[in-house]
Amino acid sequence: MTPSSGDTAWVLTSAALVLLMTPGLALFYGGMVRAKSVLNMMMMSFGALGLITVLWTLYGYSLAFGDDVVGGLIGNLDFVGLEGLLSAAPLGGVEGEAAGIPPLAFVGFQAVFAIITVALISGAIADRAKFGSWMVFAGVWATLVYFPVAHWVFSFDGYTAEVGGWIANDLKAIDFAGGTAVHINAGAAGLALALVLGKRIGFGKEAQRPHNLTLVMIGAGLLWFGWFGFNAGSALGAGDVAAVAWINTLVATAAASLAWCATEKIRDGHATSLGAASGVVAGLVAITPACSAVNPVGAILVGAIAGVLCALAVSLKFKLGYDDSLDVVGVHLVGGIVGTLLIGLLATSAAPAGVDGLLYGGGVDQLWRQAVAAGAVLAYSFVLAYLIGKVIEKTIGFRLDAESEVSGVDLRTHAESAYELGSFTGSGFHTGTGVTSAKEKVDA
Amino acid sequence: MKLVTAVIKPFKLDDVKSALESFGVHGITVTEASGYGRQKGHTEVYRGAEYTVDLVPKVRIEVLVDDADADDVIEVVVKSAQTGRIGDGKVWSSPVDTVVRVRTGDRGVDAL
Repeated sequence: MTPSSGDTAWVLTSAALVLLMTPGLALFYGGMVRAKSVLNMMMMSFGALGLITVLWTLYGYSLAFGDDVVGGLIGNLDFVGLEGLLSAAPLGGVEGEAAGIPPLAFVGFQAVFAIITVALISGAIADRAKFGSWMVFAGVWATLVYFPVAHWVFSFDGYTAEVGGWIANDLKAIDFAGGTAVHINAGAAGLALALVLGKRIGFGKEAQRPHNLTLVMIGAGLLWFGWFGFNAGSALGAGDVAAVAWINTLVATAAASLAWCATEKIRDGHATSLGAASGVVAGLVAITPACSAVNPVGAILVGAIAGVLCALAVSLKFKLGYDDSLDVVGVHLVGGIVGTLLIGLLATSAAPAGVDGLLYGGGVDQLWRQAVAAGAVLAYSFVLAYLIGKVIEKTIGFRLDAESEVSGVDLRTHAESAYELGSFTGSGFHTGTGVTSAKEKVDA
Repeated sequence: MKLVTAVIKPFKLDDVKSALESFGVHGITVTEASGYGRQKGHTEVYRGAEYTVDLVPKVRIEVLVDDADADDVIEVVVKSAQTGRIGDGKVWSSPVDTVVRVRTGDRGVDAL
């Protein structure tokens, strides 16, 4: 059997697009933090890029897409080290036709999903996490949470192995590109870590403003571009389904950005660039599970509702007292839930997913499946992330000491400052506060 | 000799510099500062939450003058920096023991 060249080209391209989302996220998040901690925020994404890729290759792909071991909960170890995949038959292949994609293309496409899911969590713990502890968390959470959840949501019976995961095959919730497996998953973990690490010094008292909104907007643009790979690439082929997903990804995102800005204008008196950029991301998150199930007008509604609800949700952290620094909860958890549940209302059988939601005469059948999927991933991810975080806190420590946090995590953790502005001190003006040399230890 | 120091609103810097130059003062040091006075702070809204901001950007001007000129220079600064709204700042003078011009070694009033 030979793979389809068109499908393979699109999936490989999509994988590269999704990879671009992680540096794009690094820029988006980096611009949102203060100048003294931008490098650390970007390093948490780059660290995830490095570590999760290696783990995925060694055993992550196998646990996610190997033959199910029990109850649709986890795959086996058949594909450890990507064993046998260098020359395996195409996935979705057809005897006598050029169809399907090489398994390694699927491996790569799914790898970049794993990477960005982990990277997303880092936004909740800006300025105050020890980098080594973050890397340990990243590896352990990916192993205990992401790889199993990817199996539940993305592994369909018969595609990479005979039996796949329970959400995809038994529950039959619709989650085309990972609204639950990526966004609710990362958002719940972000909330857990925000609670484990506690609030930044000055949270709620000072306005901890983005230091470079131009980076935030560049990041949002790259995320939007890459997300076409994330959503349309999940069609795993170049054709109608990909085109529907593509259009919905454009439309929902546009509507969400407008809706977020409108909400800000009404509530605060001005629409902000941070709001426009955040609205873009909220729309992308919400349409992620739904891009194969709604029509374009439905996509406008998904985006607009997500834009409004996420814009309101981001101020919850001040009222409820948790420091979700870069709104991973407000955008990814809330946006992911909104998109996942709206499928239950707005799905139309005219779209590729072929299901009717409540508003199209389908009753609540799909809606309850969506709710169960969302709830299961949220609960599992939150509880495990909290436990992993607590174990790390009690053993090697997770939070940075107060002095390092105030003087700047970049200088303390990476011995670097993002902006060497040059000055009379000769060694350059550091973007930290109160520390003049990277070699200074605690006696400063 | 006196050091006249003024903390003023940043956007008034050009007016104050021109006024001092017209008066006859030919040297000035300017630094960025932050501060507040009795009517401190204002509220700003960010991401849907309210914050009280107390420190506000200011500019500090320092000018070395002869004793006889100090009161006049203060008057010049006050008039050119004033807007009548909160946050206009303050001007003060303090005595200075020694002033030396680095290039020539001139001391005292010759160095002003």
